[in-house]
Amino acid sequence: MEPWEEEGPEVVKRFMYVNRKAPYGTIYALECLEVVLIAAAFDQDVSVVFVDDGVYQLKKNQDTAAIGMKNFSNTYRALDDYDVEKIYVEQESLESRGLTAEDLIIPVEVLAGDNLREIMAQQDVVISS
Amino acid sequence: MSKMLHLINKSPTDRNSLDSCLRLAEAGSSVLLLEDGVYAALSKAASAEAVNQRMGELTFYVLGPDVSARGLDDKPLIDGISVVDYGGFVDLVVEHDVAQSWL
Amino acid sequence: MAYELNGQTFESDEEGYLVDISAWNPELAVLIAEDENIEMSDDAWEVVNFLRDYYEEYQIAPAVRVLTKAIKKKLGADKGNSKYLYELFPYGPAKQACKIAGLPKPTGCI
Repeated sequence: MEPWEEEGPEVVKRFMYVNRKAPYGTIYALECLEVVLIAAAFDQDVSVVFVDDGVYQLKKNQDTAAIGMKNFSNTYRALDDYDVEKIYVEQESLESRGLTAEDLIIPVEVLAGDNLREIMAQQDVVISS
Repeated sequence: MSKMLHLINKSPTDRNSLDSCLRLAEAGSSVLLLEDGVYAALSKAASAEAVNQRMGELTFYVLGPDVSARGLDDKPLIDGISVVDYGGFVDLVVEHDVAQSWL
Repeated sequence: MAYELNGQTFESDEEGYLVDISAWNPELAVLIAEDENIEMSDDAWEVVNFLRDYYEEYQIAPAVRVLTKAIKKKLGADKGNSKYLYELFPYGPAKQACKIAGLPKPTGCI
């Protein structure tokens, strides 16, 4: 096999990553994003969920110049290139923070908690941070 | 009595630091919201009512660079909260006798 | 590890990736490429510049599959395929080209 020939993955599992923390104040959001990209690069069936303060990760217009940290909100826009298309945001979490889908940096599927619960129940692996 | 500066760097929907601070801060002291604490400065935050209840007795500040970093410049803040930069942060620390971090 | 250029030292990690992204310059790229036994042809530069633009926009160095797809979208199928990219960068286009572009190791690098 030549190096440029692609080998498909041996096992594909349904991985769900649940983001519950705001960006920058802790390292969780950035670390989770990196793990999502790695799982996607291994051709796994990846879905990404934003609930509670995790919805703040996707807020538009982040400008980190003054705090001297990398603005990784732009990296969420690369999820499409990584073929990560299942991006869910819990409606209740958005609403209780006075946010709407318009406030977010990427298009997402806004779901009521009841519907999100069903999707979560179908996963092989759920990683929450 | 010493004049105290309370520092809140946790989101009000992640930890109860803000609640405890609002409950225990003596009238006349100041509260600076910074890092993930800046979410408490949003007028739409669930915690806004609790902040408003003590607005007359406490002086509230929020750190501007942390507001911008989180993309919140386009969201209204609670009336009466003053935005300060890092220089203003230093001034606040100097003006107060004691700084307390609600970790 | 470090690269020496015009009397200046540029620190790198143990695999040769630049520590300080902002220290990169085209001359340094040629030096890193020499270490990798790669001659910086126009085609090689095109990929390196593409990666730098990608990093500027998305703040990551893409995995090889993502790089291939993104190049295909922008420069066409003649260049956006693994064979072409491996001919330019035999030890892995994402890995080697990222190193030359002064970027960190690709996220999800395999």
